[in-house]
Amino acid sequence: MNLHEYQAKTLLQKYGIPVPRGQVVAVAKETVAVTTEITSAAWVVKAQVHAGGRGKAGGVKIVHSAKEAQVVTSELLGKTLITYQNAPDGQPVNQVLIEETLPIARELYLSMLVDRTLERVVVVASSAGGMDIEEIAKSSPEKILQEICDPLTGLMDYQARNLGFKLELAGDQIGAFSKILKGLYKLFKDNDLALLEINPLVVTVDGKLYALDCKMSVDDNALYRQKALAEQRDWSQEDSKEAVAHHAGLNYIALNGNIGCMVNGAGLAMATMDLIKLHGGAPANFLDVGGGATAETVTKAFKIILADSNVKAILVNIFGGIMRCDIIAEGIIAAVKEVGMQIPVIVRLEGTNVELGKNMLQTSGLNIISADGLTDAALQAVRAVAA
Amino acid sequence: MSILVNKNTKVLCQGFTGKQGSFHSEQALAYGTKMVGGVTPGKGGLMHLGLPVFNTMRDAVHETGATASVIYVPPAFAADSILEACEAGIELIICITEGIPVLDMLNVKHVLNSYNVKLIGPNCPGVITPDECKIGIMPGSIHLRGKVGIVSRSGTLTYEAVHQTTALKLGQSTCVGIGGDPIKGLNFIECLEMFEADDETEAIIMVGEIGGSDEEEAAEFIKSNLSKPIAAYIAGQTAPAGKRMGHAGAIISGGSGKAEDKIRALERAGAVVASSPAGLGEAVLAAITLKKS
Repeated sequence: MNLHEYQAKTLLQKYGIPVPRGQVVAVAKETVAVTTEITSAAWVVKAQVHAGGRGKAGGVKIVHSAKEAQVVTSELLGKTLITYQNAPDGQPVNQVLIEETLPIARELYLSMLVDRTLERVVVVASSAGGMDIEEIAKSSPEKILQEICDPLTGLMDYQARNLGFKLELAGDQIGAFSKILKGLYKLFKDNDLALLEINPLVVTVDGKLYALDCKMSVDDNALYRQKALAEQRDWSQEDSKEAVAHHAGLNYIALNGNIGCMVNGAGLAMATMDLIKLHGGAPANFLDVGGGATAETVTKAFKIILADSNVKAILVNIFGGIMRCDIIAEGIIAAVKEVGMQIPVIVRLEGTNVELGKNMLQTSGLNIISADGLTDAALQAVRAVAA
Repeated sequence: MSILVNKNTKVLCQGFTGKQGSFHSEQALAYGTKMVGGVTPGKGGLMHLGLPVFNTMRDAVHETGATASVIYVPPAFAADSILEACEAGIELIICITEGIPVLDMLNVKHVLNSYNVKLIGPNCPGVITPDECKIGIMPGSIHLRGKVGIVSRSGTLTYEAVHQTTALKLGQSTCVGIGGDPIKGLNFIECLEMFEADDETEAIIMVGEIGGSDEEEAAEFIKSNLSKPIAAYIAGQTAPAGKRMGHAGAIISGGSGKAEDKIRALERAGAVVASSPAGLGEAVLAAITLKKS
């Protein structure tokens, strides 16, 4: 789950990490109060969407007067911002963050993440701030610095100093930088973050450090114990079908093809998408219905798949496992009836009582094609959408 | 022989009297697994499925001499259960639970590293040596005792590999579902090492997916240490970058973790990589033929 920049910065402040003075607004006329309260020679108006590349997409603007702030804010609010990261659909701008501008001397990069190979929280820093870390990794890998945190001791002062001196900070900045890093580490652990990125961390002309931009994402598995963060989730930033699926307890990801997929198991669901592609088709989605493919979950899944008007056929791929195929067939038949299915449904069943299940599907009198195996299922689905 | 588990493996179940624990313990008993009891705090002294229930793992291990434990507790309690099993002297912990926070697993692994213990999972189907011992949620009936060792990050894709090798009468020596989480217990390399050393295993199927670099690291191992024929499949060739595909660990991030890189690495290491999940059986046959020639 991703947080907005303004939500992330509220957390930063709570952990003593300096951020520019700012205020989030959802209505353009509120900018007057903000520009009055936050005195600055100029302000930056930042569209709040869950995507990088906002600046180049016109989502971050410098304004020099209260009036201009209001005009720019009203232009951004309600707009769909399309950046290179969320193209082609873009995301709606429902809030903008208005901040003071700072006299910037240097831009640094800082992030924290869980490294799955090292099985540690890792701090990554670079003097090449303001750029994408992937870009820095490609163009100047020597500029990427790393410190690995021991789970027992956490981030130590010497590690912060290692990074600070390498980043050519000096004097009081080393202490300030250490304080920021230790605050970030505590924030990361306390809030079950999966990723925390400050890019850039700026050094101002008068030598102070500020987190100018910030991205945070929270470990989805930890949301049960991070209730306050879970409540901040902005569903408007996510695909509407994915949001509905999430609330129905299904794992759904929208894609651009026309063959809807309903599969049990995440690995098999991915493999089914690949199989469709391999045989010349295009999957419309990833959908894992989990182990219990009951009439109720199958109906929910069908409704979500059918909400995508591109879908011309549905491929159901279930490896029965412990649940018997005849029970699954019963569920599929009930669901097809319940949603009043207008398009062909190709079903591949495997597992216990498979023949009985297939027979039930074939004799159901519904628009259900019972496939013989994985490959046949994919071919039938591709054929069905071509017709 | 086989790896990890056999007919003599004494197994405990944590979360024994819960819905999942009860259902799958019943299935395991029917399969012939040597289940010796289970733990549900507060229900010690009761009998469940004809087996004793204990309050603590320490008591359970002391009374039964079990060396393996399977965990079906909810994610909020899983880290505690894994460490309890570890401290009680269990040698093989199989954690089926899906949805454990990654920072919990980070701490758990840090502790496990100082014990002589193997963890399988979390977020996995478990481990089975056909006809001897089934620990986990896989359907026993699709298995056939035989010569292919299977190791996989995905549950249902393991079943596909099993189904196909059964249909081809190759059968399986042991199947290990290592799970779909980013931080987990046994990884490909440890399983490949055990299969390489196991007399009964004549060929291996490895099923990977997008996210991380475990498959690339396994490819390095295959190149320099594996003498047996190996077939592989990588799921997620059509997965979009930046999206988590069901499994917590299945995500392409910052240009790394892509299926094509893993496929290339495995092919370079000499594995036969199936282009379709329907081709796993054929691929392992091809790998066996290739090694013979």
